[in-house]
Amino acid sequence: MSGPRRGSSTAMYFRMLARAAMLRKGRAAAALTALAVAAAAATAMLNLFVDVQRKLGLEFRNFGANIIVQTKPGQSFSPDTLKQLGSVINGRGLVVPFGYAVARTDRDQAVVVAGTDLALAKKLNPWWEVSAWPQSSGLALAGVRAAKVVSPQGQPFALHYQGRPIQLSVAGTVRTGAGEDSRIYLSLHDFQAWTGLNPTVAEISVYGTPQDVEGMLRTLQQKLPFADVRAVRQVTEGEANVLGKTRSTLLSSTALIVCTAALCVLATLMGWVFDRRRDFAIMKALGASDRLILLFVAGEAGALAVAGAVLGFAAGIGIAAWIGRVNFQAAVSPQFSVFPEVLIGAILVTLLSTLLPLRLLRRIQPAMILRGE
Amino acid sequence: MFVRLVYESFRRQTRRKLLVAIAITLGAAVSTAMIGIALGIGDKISRELRTYGANIVVTPEEDSLDVQIGSVNLKPAGGAYLDEAALPRIQGIFWRNNIAAFTPELPVNVQANDREVSLLGTYFEKPLKFGNQAFTTGARRAFPWWKVQGAWPADDSQEVLAGEKLAAQLGLQPGSEIAINGARHPVSGILSTGGAEDEQLVAPLSLAQSLSGKPGAFRRVLVSAITKPEDDFARRNPDTLSPADRDRWYCSPYPQSIAYQLQEAIPHSRAEQIRQIAQNEGKVLSRVEGLMLLITLAALLTSGLAVSAAMATAMFERRTEVGLMKALGAGHLPLSLIFITESALLACGGGLIGFSFGAVLTQKLGRAIFGSEITVQPVLLPVILGIAIAVTFAGSAVAIRRAVKYDPVPALRGEG
Repeated sequence: MSGPRRGSSTAMYFRMLARAAMLRKGRAAAALTALAVAAAAATAMLNLFVDVQRKLGLEFRNFGANIIVQTKPGQSFSPDTLKQLGSVINGRGLVVPFGYAVARTDRDQAVVVAGTDLALAKKLNPWWEVSAWPQSSGLALAGVRAAKVVSPQGQPFALHYQGRPIQLSVAGTVRTGAGEDSRIYLSLHDFQAWTGLNPTVAEISVYGTPQDVEGMLRTLQQKLPFADVRAVRQVTEGEANVLGKTRSTLLSSTALIVCTAALCVLATLMGWVFDRRRDFAIMKALGASDRLILLFVAGEAGALAVAGAVLGFAAGIGIAAWIGRVNFQAAVSPQFSVFPEVLIGAILVTLLSTLLPLRLLRRIQPAMILRGE
Repeated sequence: MFVRLVYESFRRQTRRKLLVAIAITLGAAVSTAMIGIALGIGDKISRELRTYGANIVVTPEEDSLDVQIGSVNLKPAGGAYLDEAALPRIQGIFWRNNIAAFTPELPVNVQANDREVSLLGTYFEKPLKFGNQAFTTGARRAFPWWKVQGAWPADDSQEVLAGEKLAAQLGLQPGSEIAINGARHPVSGILSTGGAEDEQLVAPLSLAQSLSGKPGAFRRVLVSAITKPEDDFARRNPDTLSPADRDRWYCSPYPQSIAYQLQEAIPHSRAEQIRQIAQNEGKVLSRVEGLMLLITLAALLTSGLAVSAAMATAMFERRTEVGLMKALGAGHLPLSLIFITESALLACGGGLIGFSFGAVLTQKLGRAIFGSEITVQPVLLPVILGIAIAVTFAGSAVAIRRAVKYDPVPALRGEG
């Protein structure tokens, strides 16, 4: 075959593809819709599946600390060791130091006083029901039970620790339904100036998957041999459990939806190819080889698959983002890495659903089809 | 004649009809399964959330302050207690079926091998009876993250569990003995919880009561209840509501209303939600439910569009048939009726098969993921059939309208 003729046959090939799409706009549109919908569903579900662990993980971080570091009896965290702890975590979590002391009121009632970074504690424990956070020195956050004991009318009160008194006022109360209700919280600075004690407990909320938390736990145990590092199993096991079940549900839903969409594409395209057996018969009667017809149909299917995958991918990203915004108040970040999967899936499904009926048609003589048998 | 036309159309075009029917069946099955999962997941996840343990705590009304740092309890003996005899009444409250488990607690400071440690008295797996209703409750059910190396003590025994850190310090093994306030007690196992219990002894409640000299008393009871996420209505004070609203509040499984009922069941008590668990599980639950709901919407839309596309394709194929019928004098109305009847039959058949298939699928999925079946309510059947019919009509409507408007001549020549 010489150059120009080959060129014109390629041009003819594309003209046939274009004309086939133009002439049967309705049919092409229906097939494209089915494909785009399937691709959109697959994209949206894959996006959600990849992102949901992070999104739900953030929700689970509201449960508070998942690792607790406690110094051995008689020891405490010096500012240096706290800094070391912070550098191990390195932004992958929240470290909140707590110091504890048992103080006495004027009427010799024992009460637990905790010193902490109040701003960090607020971030760590969003479930604390706090009427007002202390904003300055000399103000305390009193647990609802402790408040009734130390300052029933909200008046200023005095506490004594080993003979050293401190004068405090209640800035607000905290209610949690747990041990915090019986404590009085001070800023770490006030606490240290008064008692001279360093923090002994660091509550850490590590971000990430249960595996990340597990890894961080081991790192901390290695780097802080002088302290007692343990996971809050109640929180970590609960999270792993619920997250795992949610992901399994999501995965099976994804499989269901993608399979249905793919099968509907199959039904649509198979119908289309069967419907066009006359065209193929005429092409064959005019001398087209089986290979050419195959190439023609495959080209058509490929173009359809690419167009459908691109359209569907864009729509799917939009759907995932919408679901993320409505449900998690934060957009699901688009995962462009799933595009190849969606594209390859679309091409496979279209090729399968067009070439399969074509094979069946090849066994039939053109004359029979043209006669309408 | 009409019936015969429809019948013959099904008989002679089996392949085409089958393709469309498969599409509808699949769409209906997936819709059923997704709606079933979306409706059932709240219940399943709230049961899974019980892994977090108790979300409500009941304490004496006039309680003194807890003076506890970590595992060390500095609270002087005395203070208020609750009565163990009132505990079975928890199974008599309105939302008794939502109580997954509860555990009473009685902390006692004891001398163990000449060291002062805290001993926690509780139920492990205690059979109780309320009226003629028998049930079992205790720490093994309420705290699934408690792991015991060795054996759990029986609730009426003198055995104790030793927290793993305490056991390491005192050199205890499962089967060894420990002196508590001078008397020897067998250590049945080593307990690991990741919490304060790791440095304590944990014993049956009856043993703690005899050690503290307080028969029939406990300090607080932790209740693990299956609740509904709280909303603005839940936070209202029941005493200020109108009688109708109050009934509605009382009969919703909010943490607040369950706490209120527990307070009624146990005399001189105060019940409160443990906010760390109760608040956060509500949030997680509504997120997961919301997610599944939106995905279900997306799934319905997807299968709807896909079925519509398959239906439209099937209709386009029948131009010649329409042309022939028109050439033989068929009017617009009977023509449309034929196609509408065919679509409706397909939709009903596919919808019905799809529904049963989807219901089985939902059950299987529930069993595989959550270990218990998710039942699809039969009420869903008309909904699914309605959706199937609507979607099939939507898919064929455009095609039918176009078909009816065909000029028979080009259609018959195959030029449509």
